[in-house]
Amino acid sequence: LESRPGVDRSHLPAPTLYPVGFAVGVACLLVGLIVSWPAVAVGGAIALFFGFLWVRDLSSGMSRAEPPPPPEAAPAAGAAVPVDAESTFSERFPRNKFLEGATLGLGAVIGGVVTVPPVALLVASAFEGQKFQDIDLGPLSDFPSGKFVITTFVEDPKQGEVSRRTAYIRYNGPLSGKPSFTILSNRCAHLGCPVQPNGPVDEKPSRLITDKAGIELLKLTPAQPAGFGCPCHGGQYDTEGNRTAGPPVRGLDRYEYSIKNGRLILGSAYSVDYVKGTGKDARIKKYPLFPPGQHVAGPEFWLWPIPEIRA
Amino acid sequence: VPKSARRKQIEGMVLYPLDWLEERSGLVGATKYFLFRKVPGDTGWAHTLGSATLTAFLVQAITGVILAMFYKPSPDEAYSSIQHITNDVDFGWLVRGMHRWGASVFIILLFFHMARVFLYGAYKYPRELNWIVGVFLLILGMFEGFTGYLLPYDQTAYWATVVGMNITANGPFVGTLLQQIMQGGPAIGPDTLARFYSLHMLVAPGAIFALIGLHLYLVIRLGVSSPPWSKEAAGAEHIEPEPSGPARAGLVSPTTRGRPTP
Repeated sequence: LESRPGVDRSHLPAPTLYPVGFAVGVACLLVGLIVSWPAVAVGGAIALFFGFLWVRDLSSGMSRAEPPPPPEAAPAAGAAVPVDAESTFSERFPRNKFLEGATLGLGAVIGGVVTVPPVALLVASAFEGQKFQDIDLGPLSDFPSGKFVITTFVEDPKQGEVSRRTAYIRYNGPLSGKPSFTILSNRCAHLGCPVQPNGPVDEKPSRLITDKAGIELLKLTPAQPAGFGCPCHGGQYDTEGNRTAGPPVRGLDRYEYSIKNGRLILGSAYSVDYVKGTGKDARIKKYPLFPPGQHVAGPEFWLWPIPEIRA
Repeated sequence: VPKSARRKQIEGMVLYPLDWLEERSGLVGATKYFLFRKVPGDTGWAHTLGSATLTAFLVQAITGVILAMFYKPSPDEAYSSIQHITNDVDFGWLVRGMHRWGASVFIILLFFHMARVFLYGAYKYPRELNWIVGVFLLILGMFEGFTGYLLPYDQTAYWATVVGMNITANGPFVGTLLQQIMQGGPAIGPDTLARFYSLHMLVAPGAIFALIGLHLYLVIRLGVSSPPWSKEAAGAEHIEPEPSGPARAGLVSPTTRGRPTP
């Protein structure tokens, strides 16, 4: 080995293109934030990749800059030095270590490539679809003032019978020129059983709309409940949906509504804690729709921070 | 007693395939090692509860496979396909009944087996890991019960699952996510049934089979524990291992197995 000038001197890392790649990745990520989410992922991946290479490049330069450990004692013969250098080289980067790492790394990559899509399918499908759709519940004249109407409807006809829902709807009379409604979900705030009206229910529906196959799309049945009760575990509610007894942790969920061309349109559902006041004078604090059994307010709320997700 | 030539001929006919198999795979020896283990002398009927639970699970697996040939996991057809199994198919009522009642039998035996292990102190060193595996088997067994309950898709099934999934949603912090991932959306929808069906007949049984394998491996490795009142207390009497002989010895002649005579 001949000593050449400059070889043993520590020097700055050579200029690389990695910072440029990193910058491109960051730029792609920022553009993606405005344009589309996949671009964010691609940009993030590029930035991570080049950032890693950059950091590795820098750190390897630093470790090279460190002075080599002093040679042991005195090298007796000149021939001993290259042998020694060779053995340290082979120990630092042996072939079997490389093959082992390559096998494990490739295996991990292949495993990830085949595992991620099925798991993504399993998880992602749970958070898309089942959106609330506006549902036409018929003319306002179907809802007499101050009386509850048991309204059974199909939320999404494509989903079929499992999307049949029931709401208890009461017309409260006009409020500052607009019709006011109280629309309670029949989903018990304990564990989701269907609450029933405590009181007489008319034998015949006041309106029944069926499709060609005879499946009921909309059924309105007047009732005179003094409150609502759940058959599963005995939760009781008053006519504003506030809990009066039993295990529920909050009041009955409610539905948004709107009026279009003199018809009542049902919107999305939301959760309430406790409704003060009654009828059109009720003061309602709306919360996102949470699954039954979860507190939406009060000291227990921090245990259940995530509402239902309907992307 | 000298064996007649005829008897020797028959034994040879029976043993030739076994010898052939043993020579090439060692499976006969392995089966013998598994079945003809030494157990403490004062084991009793209570020690058969584990095997009984395993049998109940195998009954569930077999009847479930047959039922899956007739069941249709779609909201429109699930209930009617179950009616078809029960009312129209020969022996359908019987196989469905075996699966339905066998589910309860499996869980009950599981708990009896667990009670035996607990009361006999058989979970103690060095068998703690087998208790832990058993706990996972219990959880998976109850998971099978929960997912299977939805499959008839009648009112009971639907509302029981609504309540069960909402109990899941009440797990702190991630409950809502767990519920949505398991039922495939914020509410039970058309995909939920197929999801539960897949979990019920593929995921959970596969996991149970794997864990039963581990459970039995540990039983064989560690041996069966003596009852607490055993006079043959652990370590008091050392039983010599059976001298190794031809692999087929124990299969045909019972003379060399069992406890050694003093």
